[in-house]
Amino acid sequence: MPQALPIVERAPKHLRAPISFEGKLAAHGIELRASVVNTLQINVGKLCNQACKHCHVDASPTRTEIMTPETAEQVIAAVQKFRFATVDITGGAPELNPSFRYLVRESRALGSHVIVRHNLTVMYQRGQEDLPEFFRDHSLEVVSSLPYFLEQQTDAQRGHGVFDKSVEALQRLNAVGYGMEGTGLVLNIVYNPVGAFLPPPQTSIEADFKYELMTRHGISFNHLFTITNMPIKRFLDYLRRSGNEERYMQKLVEAFNPTTIEGLMCRNLVSVDWTGKLYDCDFNQMLELGVAQSLPQTIGEFDPEKFSSRGIMTGPHCFGCTAGSGSSCGGAVAP
Amino acid sequence: MTYYEEDDLQRFSEVGKHRPDLFEKFMTWYQACQEDGALSRREKALIGLAVAHALQCPYCIDSYSQSCLESGSNMEQMTEAIHMASAIRGGASLIHGLQAHKSVNKVSM
Repeated sequence: MPQALPIVERAPKHLRAPISFEGKLAAHGIELRASVVNTLQINVGKLCNQACKHCHVDASPTRTEIMTPETAEQVIAAVQKFRFATVDITGGAPELNPSFRYLVRESRALGSHVIVRHNLTVMYQRGQEDLPEFFRDHSLEVVSSLPYFLEQQTDAQRGHGVFDKSVEALQRLNAVGYGMEGTGLVLNIVYNPVGAFLPPPQTSIEADFKYELMTRHGISFNHLFTITNMPIKRFLDYLRRSGNEERYMQKLVEAFNPTTIEGLMCRNLVSVDWTGKLYDCDFNQMLELGVAQSLPQTIGEFDPEKFSSRGIMTGPHCFGCTAGSGSSCGGAVAP
Repeated sequence: MTYYEEDDLQRFSEVGKHRPDLFEKFMTWYQACQEDGALSRREKALIGLAVAHALQCPYCIDSYSQSCLESGSNMEQMTEAIHMASAIRGGASLIHGLQAHKSVNKVSM
């Protein structure tokens, strides 16, 4: 029998799904609750040097919402107090935030494993030329988007000229040791479908990327993460413009895989936005769907005991994380 | 009103309204054919796309175009598969030219 669910369903503006996510979980007798919170994902803001067509943040060079030094200090105070095993820094292009290097240095000094969601081209911005060396010197894990190993598909999603710059940036990361055997410097690549379809199996597309990037460009990397395009913000706009919304949502719902639930990222992380407000994940953050009202709402009030076992706030967009092999910040979550 | 409608692809199972036993047997066989085996899902999707073009079935072309993308093929690979189907179709027509030659030769002096 399905158990009573501690889930609050709040639909993102206008997104339509043939069945509610909550209803789907209930039909499978699944209760979606957080486990132990071991990751703090920090979104330092929406400023980015790119404006990708699928971006769930709606980030671009014109966005002005970025984390202040005062909020960054509150975040570090929480890292110091609660010793998150992993600090995952994202944006926008997080490197463009003046507090980025402070967040990295302090988190590393406090013993956290630090991941940076790095878009590759930002290292060509003024003042960011030393990023590969900075990443190496602080032993960051670098996770970078490259939607395909060919120019046409990559530039179609991320903008004209992005592929060539990305290839050069990956070569620079390799040159300082990232993705190279024996260095311990981890370089992972993120694959997003360039359109309204699901990602291929992670292991098979990873093998393609490894072969093609090595033979065409001499590039090495550690792992490839497949991430499903989330039907929110800019990608939702694309779905609507192209007449694909209904079909895409149908596809996500039909591909619902209950075995993905255990590995969903929302079960182990808490997400903080540029103002210090807390969310169950970065997607909820972009929909302004905060954590349950009964919980502390800001990083200054964070309490890990209250966040462990919490009910996760959900909406129809959550079908994006449970379709097929599932999707999280670390790629597929089920075989 | 057109004979082919995109939404009908989602209604395929309605064919099983009559003689559901036969439809069920077909679906079991059809789905088993899609699984990884001596050929990968990706190779099978490309074969499906090629056959769909040879048969000129709009439902199959739609379905296998998606399958090819979702199994990791790109447009270059898919287009090569379509050319293979088309080339074989073309060749299959052309070789019948020998039938025409023989037919003509039979009645010619």
